[in-house]
Amino acid sequence: MIDGIVRRNIFIGMMLAVSFSFMARLFYLQVIDKSYTDFANQNARKVLTKYPVRGLILDRNNKLIVFNDVVYDLMVNTPTRLKNFDTAYFCSLMEIDLMEFKQRILKANQMAYLRKGVFKKNLNAPQFANLQESMYAFGDFFIEMRTDRKYESPVGSHVLGYIGEISRKELEKQNDEYYSMGDYVGKSGMEQFYEDILRGVKGEEVVLVDHMGRIKGAFAEGRFDTEPESGSFVVSSIDLELQEYGELLMKDKIGSVVAIEPSTGEILALISSPSYDPNMFNVRNRGLYYPILAQDKTKPLYNRAVMAMYPPGSVFKLVMALVGLEEGVISPDTRYTCYNGFRLGNLFIRCHPHNPQPDLEMSISTSCNAYYCNVFRAVMTQEKFKSQRDAYENWTKYMFDFGLGKTLGIDVNNETPGIIKKPEYFDKIYGEGSWKYSNIISLAIGQGELGITPVQMANIAAIIANRGFYYVPHTIRKFENGKRIPAVYTKKHLSRVSAYNYEVVVEAMAKVVLQGTAAGSKIKDIEVCGKTGTVQNPHGENHSVFIAFAPKINPKIAIATVVENSGYGSTWAAPIASLMIEKYIQRDSTDRKALEERIMKAGLIPDNLK
Amino acid sequence: MREEKIYSGSTDWPVIILYLMLCSIGVMSIYSSSYETGGSLFDFGTKYGKQLLWFGISLAAGFSLFLFDSRFFNVFAYLFYAIFLGLLLIVLLVGRETFGSKSWIEIGGFSLQPSEFAKLGTALALGRYLSEYGTDVRKWSHRLKAIMIICVPMLMVLLQGDAGSSLVFMAFVFVLYREGLPGFILVLGFGLALIFVLTLLFGPGIITMVAFFICLIFASFGFRRKQLLALLLVIVVVVAACSFSVQYVFDNALKVHQKKRILVTLKLLDDPKGFGYNVNQSKIAIGSGGFWGKGYLQGTQTKGDFVPEQTTDFIFSNIGEEFGMVGTWLLVILYTMLLVRIVFIAERQKNRFNRIYCYGVASILFFHFAVNIGMAIDLLPVIGIPLPFLSYGGSSLLAFTLLLFLLVRLDANREHELDTIGKS
Repeated sequence: MIDGIVRRNIFIGMMLAVSFSFMARLFYLQVIDKSYTDFANQNARKVLTKYPVRGLILDRNNKLIVFNDVVYDLMVNTPTRLKNFDTAYFCSLMEIDLMEFKQRILKANQMAYLRKGVFKKNLNAPQFANLQESMYAFGDFFIEMRTDRKYESPVGSHVLGYIGEISRKELEKQNDEYYSMGDYVGKSGMEQFYEDILRGVKGEEVVLVDHMGRIKGAFAEGRFDTEPESGSFVVSSIDLELQEYGELLMKDKIGSVVAIEPSTGEILALISSPSYDPNMFNVRNRGLYYPILAQDKTKPLYNRAVMAMYPPGSVFKLVMALVGLEEGVISPDTRYTCYNGFRLGNLFIRCHPHNPQPDLEMSISTSCNAYYCNVFRAVMTQEKFKSQRDAYENWTKYMFDFGLGKTLGIDVNNETPGIIKKPEYFDKIYGEGSWKYSNIISLAIGQGELGITPVQMANIAAIIANRGFYYVPHTIRKFENGKRIPAVYTKKHLSRVSAYNYEVVVEAMAKVVLQGTAAGSKIKDIEVCGKTGTVQNPHGENHSVFIAFAPKINPKIAIATVVENSGYGSTWAAPIASLMIEKYIQRDSTDRKALEERIMKAGLIPDNLK
Repeated sequence: MREEKIYSGSTDWPVIILYLMLCSIGVMSIYSSSYETGGSLFDFGTKYGKQLLWFGISLAAGFSLFLFDSRFFNVFAYLFYAIFLGLLLIVLLVGRETFGSKSWIEIGGFSLQPSEFAKLGTALALGRYLSEYGTDVRKWSHRLKAIMIICVPMLMVLLQGDAGSSLVFMAFVFVLYREGLPGFILVLGFGLALIFVLTLLFGPGIITMVAFFICLIFASFGFRRKQLLALLLVIVVVVAACSFSVQYVFDNALKVHQKKRILVTLKLLDDPKGFGYNVNQSKIAIGSGGFWGKGYLQGTQTKGDFVPEQTTDFIFSNIGEEFGMVGTWLLVILYTMLLVRIVFIAERQKNRFNRIYCYGVASILFFHFAVNIGMAIDLLPVIGIPLPFLSYGGSSLLAFTLLLFLLVRLDANREHELDTIGKS
């Protein structure tokens, strides 16, 4: 009997031992160890993104340029389980085969920690309709609505830029963890530069899911949900009408037009031709058109307005004249004799027939080469410098302050600095100290070791229009949300040349259009100041260049036009600039119908690029 | 005269109340686990509805036991045993196979799992045999017969492929122990289990060496006594033999899923997406319940069906999630109260058959309780046996109800029963 009680107690003791160890273990699991709450949330909660509406882009007259278009993406939960999944049916709806299905699942699962991946972007209408009906059967899949971009007008691609899915690199680089895989982000142009303004703020919806990833309802009655905030409007400085007109004029030509409002640096039109319809580059279409555009020999994707460098040719004489005046080596009355060219030892730079003893004004209006060789010699041989090397270095400082040989910091991608050589460059070629102006005399007429982009040319026109200062050209005008535009675009940059020295150059430019090389491009009622250039092109026909601003008093527009392989500046570049100026200032259609038609109909693309 | 005594007034209500509480918790939990908004409370097509139906059937069946003379079960104990063995045989021949084990037979629209009832038959037969006049567990021949009574159904269940349910029969060792099986056999059993775990953790070589050194230390205290030295030597050899054979059995006799589940429990294998999935999800559900729980019907893991078998083998996870530590401790305490109460009832029986039967019930319930909750909180490997009275399943609920109510029935007449069969 006593034995029985001992055995009973041992049995009960075992039961109690088990129960106590359970209670201890439960205390540990449920109270001490807090990690299970996180695991449970990872299991059962899913955060659905509510995408904000991307901000619209307007032109300077509040005309709509860029707006939104709805796209549907098919997403899949990752890691994908595919329990009770009718793969064959799914594939038939999506019109894909099993191989592709597997590949897409594999790809979507590459970043499984994000808990969702893109299975197929931009569903087409029938796919969307089919799936919408059968979504309940595909627990792992869900459709996400996103906004793509659409464009009112087929112009402005190089300024507006495009949006696209964020790349892995961009994802890793971000510092605020805002983006996740599959998000759309501005990839270039205004879309990229003003991404923070345009994107808005994503909202979140926290839902409960079951073990198959199916949504069971809102989490905590939606207490943690947030609504998305739409992106702000961005008002561009672009004048859409002018941009459209310019692209029409530049049709079937290779080149650029850049128009700037001199008083602010706002870009009114930025044309790189040939161009392409920005609608070809939205999310939905880019896959299709990108390869075609990339292979086009005329390089429509290449933004010539900020990337192409040209020796500026005769338009550079304006800069040379201003440097000469500021350095005091010439005055408006200085005359040099032109012997149908400029001779220096064996070197002879040819000139065309004109008054053999031009003063400064006439040297510009007739574009005398000899005159500027003389100016350059005078600048380079000033006694105040110990050497011509020092004189040259001084000259480059003028160039940099004219915005040459450096990137301006414009809000358009891939801007190139152009070429202004440092003295060290010539040291290397000719030996240190053993080179002088005669070695680099072609700089005097805008040839040689010189590269200027169209936007830099337009900026020079703006500097002259402003009589000595500029703002960094920019495409942004204002933000709807009241935020100020970046400070770099409101900072005034002074050229080294005093304001009074500009007047004679301005007068000369007015003469160029009135009676000089660009006389064919004058506009009734508007006093245009301009300068033609014909850039020697070793690869083919000369490039036609023209810079101008108008009106002479209180200029509203400064413009640079480059038409490649087309001949004289006065033939193509000047009329195009003239028509644009007229369009911008007078707004109504031109009286010069014949000229307009001649320009629009001209095809100037060399045969080897067609 | 006897007719009046069939139903006596000394029904043990605490057991019945504990039973009703556990069953109610089970039904509530099943409702929560299979809860979908908009479902009807009394839809018998749902798991919850079915369980409620089975609860009613079980109660009716349980109370109907009071219609029988308490001696009836003693007299026909072997018959019941034979019937249930027969059912097990039928299952082996014509049973329906689910999840790799063949343990169901269909009768009409119902599916029955005879292995659940075999425990009842075995408890009765064991009680009958051990209470027979002249039976003495201290005798090897009698001991073997008793073990035979346990092992026959155990092997048949094992043959069905239901290793978990067959292990339950090992619980009867406690009954034998109470009836006089020497204690060292239990100690040996635990020792073997310990060697099993340690071998898997450290390998047989190290275990043998450790055993050797421990014995060496003991030997150094009493090296003059040759008997002690011999005993220690035998112990080392036995431990080594056990350890090596454990490794062999583990490598060769167990199925892949059994091996992996054991390795997961011993933390030798980290496989939260595969063999460790159930346990991992169960721990997440229970652990995330915290102190107070998430509230009834508020369990995200339960709603999302993250724990497989959350209405059956892993029902404990649902209680842990929705009622927190308060709930789990309460359940453990309720269960412990039931078990201890049963042991006390057993001890107050004047009739040996009754006592042995009661111990059988306590042992079986204890085993289920320990193994089921142990696996849900990752103390034991996953062994698929239900938590009695709570887990979803008609056969299981009915069988455990009969098991328990028969105990209450026998206990009700304890004052009027003497050791009858054996002595008369």
